Parts: sequence; structure tokens; C-alpha cells
Amino acid sequence: MNELIARSLSPTLSRLAGEEANESLREFHVTALIHGEPLLTMPQDLYIPPDALELVLETFQGPLDLLLYLIRKHNLDVLDIPMAELTRQYLSYIELLQQHRLELAAEYLLMAAVLIEIKSRLLLPKSPKISDDGEEDPRVELMRRLQEYEQMKLAAQQLNELPQAGRDFEIVQVLIEQTCEARLPEINVEDLRQAWLGLLARAKLNAHHTVRREALSVREQMAHILRCLQGGEYVAFDTLFDLQDGLSKLVVTFIAMLELAKEYLLEIQQGATFGVIYVRSNRALNSD
Amino acid sequence: MSAATEPSIPTELRNTTALKIILETALLTSAEPLPLSELKKLSDRPLDNRQIGMLLDEIALDWQNRGVELTQVASGWRFRARPHMQPYLDRLNPQKPPRYSRAVLETLAIITYHQPVTRGDIEEIRGVAVSAQILKTLEARGWIEVVGTRDTPGRPELFATSRQLLDDLNLRALQELPTLQQIGGLLEQQTSTVVSDKV
Repeated sequence: MNELIARSLSPTLSRLAGEEANESLREFHVTALIHGEPLLTMPQDLYIPPDALELVLETFQGPLDLLLYLIRKHNLDVLDIPMAELTRQYLSYIELLQQHRLELAAEYLLMAAVLIEIKSRLLLPKSPKISDDGEEDPRVELMRRLQEYEQMKLAAQQLNELPQAGRDFEIVQVLIEQTCEARLPEINVEDLRQAWLGLLARAKLNAHHTVRREALSVREQMAHILRCLQGGEYVAFDTLFDLQDGLSKLVVTFIAMLELAKEYLLEIQQGATFGVIYVRSNRALNSD
Repeated sequence: MSAATEPSIPTELRNTTALKIILETALLTSAEPLPLSELKKLSDRPLDNRQIGMLLDEIALDWQNRGVELTQVASGWRFRARPHMQPYLDRLNPQKPPRYSRAVLETLAIITYHQPVTRGDIEEIRGVAVSAQILKTLEARGWIEVVGTRDTPGRPELFATSRQLLDDLNLRALQELPTLQQIGGLLEQQTSTVVSDKV
């Protein structure tokens, strides 16, 4: 690795090194025939100067992305991944990464371990006891993950290419008054009446809140009772009370009546126990 | 219906023309796409989906040579400026909308094609941790939403794409997106190169 970096110091040297590496890889492919036939496509651009790599690494989305890059770069067959080659390439980049940036995401190291594990399992002699279906090529899982990831990577690119509202086209909306002017609720007389009745109903429930104010109106109620009794006739006690008025008013009316009696302005009579109580004005009595 | 040959415009046609204008106005002034159920409310007499659809097609035809077009998206019908108008509109608003990072786009792709998925599923496919910021970005845009939790320990949230995403991509349904087969990948591309090499 150090050797590579040293080479990169001079562009001419690095180019030469690249050619050299190409040469060695070509030999590698020709001498080690895995398919029993020479590879038709020769890998191009094998050597990447470390400075360039550093820029490239910024854009990698993780170890899978880096592996895909390596496979693409070196034209490796994904269905028959040359593990030794891929692992060697990957580890050299990891080493390079660590030299430049010490903080390397754990995922990269995990992937390195996975690659080495696959390679070592490939080296193990196949046990004759285990049948073919029981033993899977250790590369299958990696291959599946690489394919799945690349598919999503391509899907992401395609999604991004689709025209997007706000970016590639605008949504049309003609301005209308309604959007600027908040619509106010409409009310009618009946609504008002209902509201008022509601208020009254609540006033009944909360009668004790208004007692103090009502105390002032005892005098007013006294006047009212006297007005009712103006005719001078006996009036039934009950009829002086309007049950609709609410408890406080009833009490005030009663107090007003006692007050009138105390001042001898009123005469209260009851013919029999539990009989009807009659009330009449003393003015009528006096004028008799 | 050939109005030209008639001496006076029949009431039926007059009503249809009036309704078309009403539909057009509603679509132009609405902030959101209008579904057929909403558009039906605009008609005085009951109409079925086919009749409304025909009127919408006619409106779309009326606008065919304009910079604005009527399109159908997941949430209903709406007017949009044609994409080729965008470079001109951008001149009025030079501030370019920010682009999403590859991490955000890959996460969106995984949610789109594998939904409903958990954060763990996304990390499994991408091979790296998914930051909360990525999911927050997509949720804030209204493109993904939590649709439930998986019945496994920890009860992780399940993410799916929203109708808003389809609306923003001018799509009616997820089926309109390119299929995974169309997208291809390593396997397909390599097979095709091998084939071409042999030829």
C-alpha cells in the first residue's frame, strides 16, 4: 500500500504503475482460467491514484457500494466472484482509507471480515458426507446482497429522474378571493334566541352567584308585589311567585313579602292549616 | 353532438358546457387535486364516473396546446404547468430547490419498492446505518409515513410511501413506477454483455 502511495507522488510514475498493474492482472486472468476459457473483456483502469480515491470515497454509501464499484471497475463477474481478487482490492482500499481517515465506519470493517470468511470457506475442502444441496456456495449471500443493493441504487436514480412537483413542474392554482378572506360564520335571530335561553338556563344553575346583586332588588320586588295587590282583593300567595323566575328571584320575592308584612303594608291570612294563603294590601284594609 | 348543425343550442349541450366551465374553475382554483367524488358535487344532476371522466377528458383536450395541462394523479385531478415550462418559470425564482442526497434517495427507493419496511430492513439492504435525519427528511416532505409496527421484539415501525409522493411525481398509482425488472441490475447487465460478446 505504501508503495502505491509513493508511486502516486509522480503522475508519470503512477501511470506507469497503472500499466504495470494492468499487465499483471492480464497475466493473472490468462494464467488462472476459472471458466476454462480466457476472459474476453480485459480490465481497464485498474489503478486508481489514492488522491483520486479519497474524492471517490466521499461518495460511497457504504461497503456494498464500494464493492459494487470495485466489481464494476475491474469487470469482475458477479455470478462467479473471484473472491481472492475482490478481497485483496477491498482490503487495500480499507488500508488506504485508514491511513487517510482513521475514523472508518464499522460497516466497512465488518464487510472486510465477511469477505475473508467467504474466501476461507471456499478454501476448505468439501466434505464428501454433505450432499450438494446442503452446502451452498458461500458467495451466494454476498451476491444476493450486492444485487439487491444495486437494484435499489438504480431505483433511487430512476426515482430521482422522475419529474417532481416544485422541482420539474409547478402545480397550477388560480388565486381566488376566498383564499385570502376568511369566511365569517352567519347567524340568524333563532340562533340569538337560543343563545339567550342558554344563558338564562345557566343563570338558573349558577343562581348563588347573583344573590348579592339581587339583594338590592328586594325593594323593587316589594313595589312589584304592591302593584299586584293594587286591586285590594285577596290574592293567592302562590300567584305572586312566578316559578319561571328562578330560585333567587323567588327568595327575593318572599323576602320582599316578609318585609312588606313587617312594615304592615301587607296582610297575610290562612283559613285553615295547609289551606291556601291569601295576601292583600293593607292599603285596601285601611281604606275599608 | 354537433352543435353547428342545430339551429339553436340544445339545453342538454348548454348544461354540459356550463358544467365543464364549473369543473374547470374548481380545478383551477383548488389547492389540492380533486377526486371524482368531489367533482360530482359540482353538478346539479347526478352524474356517474364515466360522464365526469368524459368531461374531464374534454377539458384536458381544451388545454392541450397550452403551457398548463390537466392531469390525473393519485388524489384526483389537477392542473399543472407542463415540465418543459420549468426552465422559464425558474427564471422568475432563481433559487433552486435543494437536491436530496443519495442516502435519502436510496432510502426512498427501498421504502417504495419493498414497503412496508422497517428501519432495520433498509439498513440490511444498504449495508449501512440509516440516520434518523434521513427518515425525518422524507417524513417532513410527506412522502413516507408510519403505517404500523412489525410484530417482533421492539415493535419496529413500518414505513410506506404516501399518496403525496405519487401526487408530487404526477403518478396515479405505484404501478406506474418502473418495475424492478425494468430497472435491472448487475445480473441482467452482465448477462446482456455476455450475450452481445458471443454474438
